[in-house]
This record gives sequence, structure tokens and C-alpha cells, in this order.
Amino acid sequence: MRQPYTMRMLDGRGWIFLVVLAAIAVVVPVLNFALPPSSPFYLQNHWVPLFGKYLCFALLAVAVDLVWGYCGILSLGHGAFFALGGYAMGMYMMRQIGTRGVYAHPILPDFMVFLNWPELPFYWYGFNWFPYAVLMVLLVPGVLAFVFGWFAFRSRVTGVYLSIITQALTFALMLGFFRNNFGFGGNNGLTDFKDILGFNVQAQSTRAVLFVLSALALALSFLLCQWLVKSKFGKVLVAIRDEEPRVRFLGYRVENYKLAAFVLSACLAGIAGALYVPQVGIINPSEFSPANSIEIVVWVAVGGRGTLVGAALGAVVVNYAKTYFTTGLLAPYWLFALGGLFVLVTLLLPKGIVGTISDWIAREKPMNGAVANGGAAEPAPKPAE
Amino acid sequence: MNGTAPQSLLYLDGVTVSFEGFRALNKLSLVVEAGEMRAIIGPNGAGKTTMMDVVTGKTRPDQGDVLFGGDIDLTKLDETEIARLGIGRKFQKPTVFENHTVIDNLTLALAGDRRARAAAFWHEDAEESARLDEILGIVRLGEHRDRLAGRLSHGQKQWLEIGMLLAQEPRLLLVDEPAAGMTDAETKQTAELLRQINRDRTVIVVEHDMSFVRELGVRVTVLHEGSVLAEGSLDQVSADERVIEVYLGR
Repeated sequence: MRQPYTMRMLDGRGWIFLVVLAAIAVVVPVLNFALPPSSPFYLQNHWVPLFGKYLCFALLAVAVDLVWGYCGILSLGHGAFFALGGYAMGMYMMRQIGTRGVYAHPILPDFMVFLNWPELPFYWYGFNWFPYAVLMVLLVPGVLAFVFGWFAFRSRVTGVYLSIITQALTFALMLGFFRNNFGFGGNNGLTDFKDILGFNVQAQSTRAVLFVLSALALALSFLLCQWLVKSKFGKVLVAIRDEEPRVRFLGYRVENYKLAAFVLSACLAGIAGALYVPQVGIINPSEFSPANSIEIVVWVAVGGRGTLVGAALGAVVVNYAKTYFTTGLLAPYWLFALGGLFVLVTLLLPKGIVGTISDWIAREKPMNGAVANGGAAEPAPKPAE
Repeated sequence: MNGTAPQSLLYLDGVTVSFEGFRALNKLSLVVEAGEMRAIIGPNGAGKTTMMDVVTGKTRPDQGDVLFGGDIDLTKLDETEIARLGIGRKFQKPTVFENHTVIDNLTLALAGDRRARAAAFWHEDAEESARLDEILGIVRLGEHRDRLAGRLSHGQKQWLEIGMLLAQEPRLLLVDEPAAGMTDAETKQTAELLRQINRDRTVIVVEHDMSFVRELGVRVTVLHEGSVLAEGSLDQVSADERVIEVYLGR
């Protein structure tokens, strides 16, 4: 007999991921707080927000994997949803600065005073209230994704054409946000944050909490996505990825499925951005740059497309490599390393790290086992999309 | 509409489809009654697949009426709406979801609520489970239920696709070359399967293979250059001089 869907939701890979994530969420703050700086295991302060940043990127990668790995929508504009979520959180923190800014204006952020703006633009209203800002973190990327997806999927724009217009979307937003009169701080973006919900953003304890929250957000988002891809909804997504016309002839409204996945993915990207900004202390329009969005796709490809766990792993591995390469002597070679990595993964590991390891394990198992446990149902995306 | 065939399940009248000047269908008229099984034959380029595309909403005709169940205008609907009306289609090249197991392919096809939210919270009930097992038996894939569809043989994929059609519970099945690439034994079994399906559903079979059409033993429509050339039993149409000319004359 088949097990109910809920029982099959997490495979071994999923459990390992959650256990490792929980361990990291505990170990990193403990090594930072509980140990004296003289201990060999002491984690220096700057590592906590850095690891927190990796977790936000991992969440962003999971969001991209949901649409790309499972539904074949190669979005090269997810950096935009991430940045919008980040801006929403940044706006909240800007409003919290109050009179502590350089110009000590009780309402207007510094950059508005500097630009001689007489009053707060209407779209900044409400951002002093945290729940409103959180709502916007979800709503702004979600609504944008809905409007964009509604037109794109209804017009049956697919493949490389869709990828190109997602690049155009993020590029257009970047140009807009670079402008001073757009009202989001122009090329400087939003920075000089003081506190979040009354806690000093620079304080090590706040950073530790943000770190744990990032791990929690990643875990919950992973569970949500995992549940979704294991449900019949997820099977329809994979079917759309592999044989879109066939799904239509079965009577499914393909554009609705794509739209639902795309909007959910955009909201998750927004959450990732909102957690990212207080940890790095700045959000500026370069987050919208098309290259950023392409980088996300590289993380997913490196980790293993269509595996969720792989996307998260790929984000951490590539970003750790980036940190390593961009500090010190190797700094000028990072972009070559990134490009080389993408070429190597595409040629040698088309299924990414996790996909390749899963294949090894499946080969080790006796044949009947692989068939009986349904683990053979691993969705394997076509290498080229 | 005009009373010529109000009760016909499928009614095509004067249907014309042009692709950049080439007339794939040229004033095609065709009537299929409920409960019938009809074979459609014709040389390459006769318009067989285009006819299916028109009926299933993939292609919009330039002219002509396409009515389903007497009063539903199919030219106004898209693929999804037409599928939901109860018209199922099997493609010429077996088109199954290769990264899904056999049972998941059938589950996706199984008649039911097609909305996204319903799919997210879907759980198989006993009735659906029994129906899936029944279909697995009909298409003889019981032993392969948890195999990936991509690992099936060509003939098994064809049957899986027919099974998916059955799971959809359509009123009308359009089956494009079901016996293509099958062994003789498989071809015989496929004919048997289609006859079995025809007991409670209307079936249109497009086929190249004359021996398969003979096996089916049903009324035949011969298409040529986008129109009906002849219609009748296989013996009648194969005695028709124009049909002989089209098939053998060049």
C-alpha cells in the first residue's frame, strides 16, 4: 500500500538538511557567545552576520529552485524580489532612526532632508509600523510577481524569452531605484540603520537572533516547498516542466499553476531579502543588477536543480567560495572562478552536487530497492532549459 | 444549429485551416455519433493531425463549425476547457511524464478537481485508488506501477498514455497512431483494448497501419489534402478508385 503523502514528504536528504540546519543554528551563536575569545573554537563576531547572509541566500536559492527546478521557469530576475523585500525592511529601519540621523529630522530620513523634500512621500507611510513592513515584505514581491506572471504565463511566454523579460524586469527596477527622485535613497540606498523593534542592529545579540531567525525561515520555507513539491500540485509542476502541452490536454490550467508557484517563490525571496538587510546593514540598487539574479541560478545549478536541498547547499558553497576568493590575494580572480565553476558544473556535474550524490547512492542500492521505495521518482530536469 | 446533426457527439462542417498559404484542412466535414468508433486514414499531409488539433483547441480554424455534443462550439474554447468537457487526446509520439512513475502519471490524469489549491491538498481516496488499480489492470501495467514512465518500453508508454486517457473519463477519445512502433502481438492487444474502451466511450483513431484498421473493424474515413475523400467500411473504401489512386497512384 502507498503511504499517505505526509509520511513521504521528507526523504533522507530532507532530514539530514534539517538536522544540519538546526545544528548550525545552535552551534554558531554558542561558539560566538559562550566561548572566551581565547578559545581555539571561538567564532569571531563578524562571522555571525556572514553566516546569516549565507542562510538568506540559501532561502533565495530554494525559492528559485521551486520555479526553475520543478516548473522549468528559468527566472533571471529573482534578485528583484529579494531586493524589494530588503527595501521594505530597510524602509522600516529608516523610519526607526528618527532624530538620531545626521540631520536629526523626526520624520524624514536623512536622504530626503538632503534632497530638500518637504514631507514624507505617501508610499513611505506606515513603514514605521513593523507589522505593516512585514506585510509589505511579502506583498510587494508577491503582487509584482502576480502581475508579471499573469501577463507572461497567460501569453504563454516560456523558455529563454521568459528569462530575458525577467532580466528586463530587474534591470528596469535597478534603473528606477538608482534615481534620487524615486524616493528610495538613489544610488546610496538605505543604510545607517540603528535598531529593529527596539534592538540595536549592530549588537551581537541582535545579530545572533537574526541569524537564528534566518535559519528558522530557511527551515520553514524548505518544509513548505518540500510539502508542495511532494503534493499532487508539485507533480503537476514537474509535468509542466517536462511536457507543458500534455498538461493542458489533461485539463489543467497551466498558467494558474505557474502563477501560484511564481508568486510563492517571489514571497520567499522577499523574506530572504528582509532578513538579509538588517544583517548586512545596507540595501542599495545594485542588488537589482541582472548579474546578481544570474548568480542565484548558478548557486542552484551547482547545488543541484530540482532538489531544494541542493539549492540551499549550492548557495552556501558558492558564497563561501566567494568570501574566500574576494578577500586577499585571489580577489581579482573571483569572476573567473565563478564562470569556470558554472562551466565545470554544466559539463561534469549536470545534476549538481546533490543530484550527483543521489545518483551514486541510487546506484549502490540493489535494483529492486530503488524501484520499490519510489526513490526512483527523483525528478530529473533536462540539463538544458 | 442547423439541425443536420443535432445529436452527433462531434460535428465538423466546412472546416478550413491554412498555414502560410498551405491548406492543411480544406472544407472538412465530418460527423461522429456518440458511442461510435471511427478510424481515420490518409496519406501523410492529409490533415489527420491538424483535424485533431482543431478538435482539441490547439489550432483555431480559419472557417467552419466544430460542435461537440450538439451545441458546444469548440472553436471558442482553449485546450484546457476542451479537455474539461471530456475530450481526451493521445499523441502520435507517446507523450507521458517520463520523470513520474506510472501510477503518478495515471494519478495526474485521473478525473477530478483540476484547480491548483485542490491539487496541493489532494489525498487519494479509496474510490480513486480502486479506479487507478483498475486502469493499471486494463493497460497491463500493474507490475510497473512504481517505475518511472521514462523507463518503460515504447509499447508500454503507448498503453500508459491510453490508460491516462481512460483515467480522464472522457466522452470522446482522439487516438493518434496507437499502434505505431508496436510488435504484432502488441498491435493485436491494442486493438482489443480500444474495442474494450469503445464499449462506453466514443473513439476516433487516426492510423497509418491498414492491418490495424482491419483489426478494429470499424467505419473508416479517408482524408486527402484536407478533405474527406471517402467514407464507409474498410472494404468499401479500399475498393474506391480515388482511394486506390491516392494511396497507390504515386
